[in-house]
Amino acid sequence: MSDQGSFYQRDRSWHPAAFTPQYKTSVLRSPQYPLLSLDNTVSEMTGPRFGHGKIGPLDNDLIRNYAKTGDPIGQRIIVYGRVLDENARPVPSALLEFWQANAGGRYRHKKETYLAAIDPNFGGCGRTITDEEGRYWFRTIKPGAYPWPNGVNDWRPAHIHFSIFGHAFAQRLITQMYFEGDPMIWQCPIVTTIPDKAAVEQLIAALDRNGTLPMDALAYKFDIVLRGRRSTMFENRMEGN
Amino acid sequence: MVQKLRTLKESPSQTAGPYVHIGTTPNWIGITGLWDEDLGRIVASPDARGERIVIKGHVLDGSGTPLKDALIEIWQADANGLYNSPEEKRGQADPNVSGWGRQPTDGVTGEYRFETIKPGRVSYRDGRPMAPHVTFWIVARGINVGLHTRMYFGDEEAANAECPVLARIEQKHRIQTLIASRGEENGVPTYTFDIHLQGEKETVFFDI
Repeated sequence: MSDQGSFYQRDRSWHPAAFTPQYKTSVLRSPQYPLLSLDNTVSEMTGPRFGHGKIGPLDNDLIRNYAKTGDPIGQRIIVYGRVLDENARPVPSALLEFWQANAGGRYRHKKETYLAAIDPNFGGCGRTITDEEGRYWFRTIKPGAYPWPNGVNDWRPAHIHFSIFGHAFAQRLITQMYFEGDPMIWQCPIVTTIPDKAAVEQLIAALDRNGTLPMDALAYKFDIVLRGRRSTMFENRMEGN
Repeated sequence: MVQKLRTLKESPSQTAGPYVHIGTTPNWIGITGLWDEDLGRIVASPDARGERIVIKGHVLDGSGTPLKDALIEIWQADANGLYNSPEEKRGQADPNVSGWGRQPTDGVTGEYRFETIKPGRVSYRDGRPMAPHVTFWIVARGINVGLHTRMYFGDEEAANAECPVLARIEQKHRIQTLIASRGEENGVPTYTFDIHLQGEKETVFFDI
């Protein structure tokens, strides 16, 4: 029995709504008509696949991939985990891209104006592809919290952005990873666009002391779940059959 | 207590934020030396079969202002209606058509632009042909869950009229929000597809 059917309906009550006024930018960028429900066609059940050959040896090492004069400043960390689907099966060959602020909370972007210093040795982006068991890992420094223009004094908790490609365009996902124990998570207007506390907790990486590299780097475990699909055994009969 | 289902919940989405380019198009934003080329720049290489076209437009918010920080990905079939994907079971797609593209909206003008080929027709679930289309996925600051939509071609009136997906749109005037108008630029056909996130001309978005 293979998983080749259509994807399970996305649970929209688990995701943020489009219109979340505490996050002001969403107000004018949120569709107001209901989404049109569309049973998956081949256009949604296929997607691009990226070969391991596209990935360079330093692509998953944010400590070294932009270093000019030395290592970037900050807490050295390893982030690792698995990409699974809703059937709890691993998703191999998934492309993950990640980006983040530096240890002071400053992004390397021409539109970024926060006064914290740019780190000349930190670019803030990387990518990797999951192995046969859906596993991935990368090395980086822990990003800092930063203020942002929403309320007059809103701050983002430390976070890393993730973009994930599974095997089908229907699985396309962008999300953010937070860090265990950070009290600012629950004060953030973007985090709280997610209505369910358990759903927020799914985005909080666990500190893993066993995965720590002694005298080197802390480890955080962050599993990601993409949409699962029906097996052909349970696939609905096609119309017209 | 009943038995437990051995299923997981999908990771909830979070906005791509204003700096999505750092992770997805670093060269475009000036973070160079990491890798040679941003992914998704080439949808169809010069040897691809099919009519070469340009797709361009803007993403507009509810006030009509173009987004200058959005990221758009497209996914399309080759000229014969086949996808370049291991999940494609109907045949072998043109190897010169990756079918996947990624472009930011311009930081000053807000315009996006893809150079590609016109896709062929793909069958709906029941075997009826859908009209040629390109799948769009839009993320940006202020968009909490990436938005899926489709672009159809203005010069495919007959195919559009019988497309089983377009037929599902109850408010018939809204079909027009998915249809790109054909023009020309230096001898190359262009399709202009503006995406309205909100307002009277709100684009039809899909829950796929």
